[in-house]
Amino acid sequence: MDQHRPEPPLPSARGRISAAVEEHLLGTGPLPRDEDTTAVPAYGDDLQLALYLCYELHYRGFADVPPDREWDPDLLRVRAALEHRFLAALREDTPVHDTLEGSLAELLVEPVDGSGVTHYLRDEGELWQLREYAAQRSLYHLKEADPHAWVLPRLSGRAKAAMAAVEFDEYGGGRPERLHARLFADLMTDLGMDPTYGRYLDAASADALATVNLMSLLGLHRSLRGALVGHFAAVEITSSPGSRRLADAMRRTGAGLAAAFFYDEHVEADAVHEQVVRHDVIGGLLEAEPHLAGDVAFGVDVTGYLEDRLAAALLTEWRTGRSSLRGGL
Amino acid sequence: MPNAPADRPRRITFHEPGPLLVDGPVEVELEDGTTVTSDRFRVALCTCRRSRRHPWCDTSHRKRTRRTREK
Repeated sequence: MDQHRPEPPLPSARGRISAAVEEHLLGTGPLPRDEDTTAVPAYGDDLQLALYLCYELHYRGFADVPPDREWDPDLLRVRAALEHRFLAALREDTPVHDTLEGSLAELLVEPVDGSGVTHYLRDEGELWQLREYAAQRSLYHLKEADPHAWVLPRLSGRAKAAMAAVEFDEYGGGRPERLHARLFADLMTDLGMDPTYGRYLDAASADALATVNLMSLLGLHRSLRGALVGHFAAVEITSSPGSRRLADAMRRTGAGLAAAFFYDEHVEADAVHEQVVRHDVIGGLLEAEPHLAGDVAFGVDVTGYLEDRLAAALLTEWRTGRSSLRGGL
Repeated sequence: MPNAPADRPRRITFHEPGPLLVDGPVEVELEDGTTVTSDRFRVALCTCRRSRRHPWCDTSHRKRTRRTREK
């Protein structure tokens, strides 16, 4: 199984902006106009896919797209306009706690009557829903830890060392068969899915794209390093209990050993990562740059905001027996 | 840490009410005499006795509330 080549094909466009970005990438048409980028919903399919296309050039690129499009100044101008729309909407819509302690405290308690996506999948999720969840999440998990690696050069001392240690663990501790992205590919195979990178980009919903675009946005901008660290902390803190429920869901449905193992590994790994990120990454960053506390809090809370949006959308479809994916699996 | 000299004292950090953090790799002998190992760069050992993955922490020490919210 080679998840590295070839580059995935461009997905189908979802509107005028994403169509124009694709035309530009292929050299067959002009970029979207400024008035187009301001006319569509910030969390909608067209804007989120256009932004995803721009970001993906920094990861694996696309088939038939010249690799140097990554630094095309005209495309970067369009990306900046899309990012501006996205970030402005997030700042407007995210309820941010008054203090970082408040943001983190809310994540560090476990609801006994939780009703989120992982609770649903644990208690009544069917195999087709686990597959849909894997398809939506594959956009991140097949490049797990990559968006966060960009923050490393922007950190120093204690925060950098701790962040690098956690990333090392995400990347399998030096062993390719234990790369978390590889473990997720194994999970997909267990679920009877195609683990090829980019395979489910067409199927992913706008809300799923937004969660990954957030990581790329925060990872690629040094000015947002505090928010990236807060985002990463939120992911790690919430991962262990959620992963436990998903491992239970995989076992209950007989999904397979590798499928359960991906989440079992995350229960254990993220119980460690959470401690290291809170005490050493956040602690180290704020020791060096205390003025970033508000940005870290924003990163924590904006992650919850987008995850809640995705969860609500998934549960709305699944509770009525409908697919959460575009075009199904 | 992976590249720390072996003859240096091993650091153990308490994070009450959470786990003990120990620099890995570690071998843990359990009550029944069996051993389990972890080669993670750092290991979180359960101290609350609620973990379902004993002796490793699985965040079961967290306070439970009636508030409904999931991230």
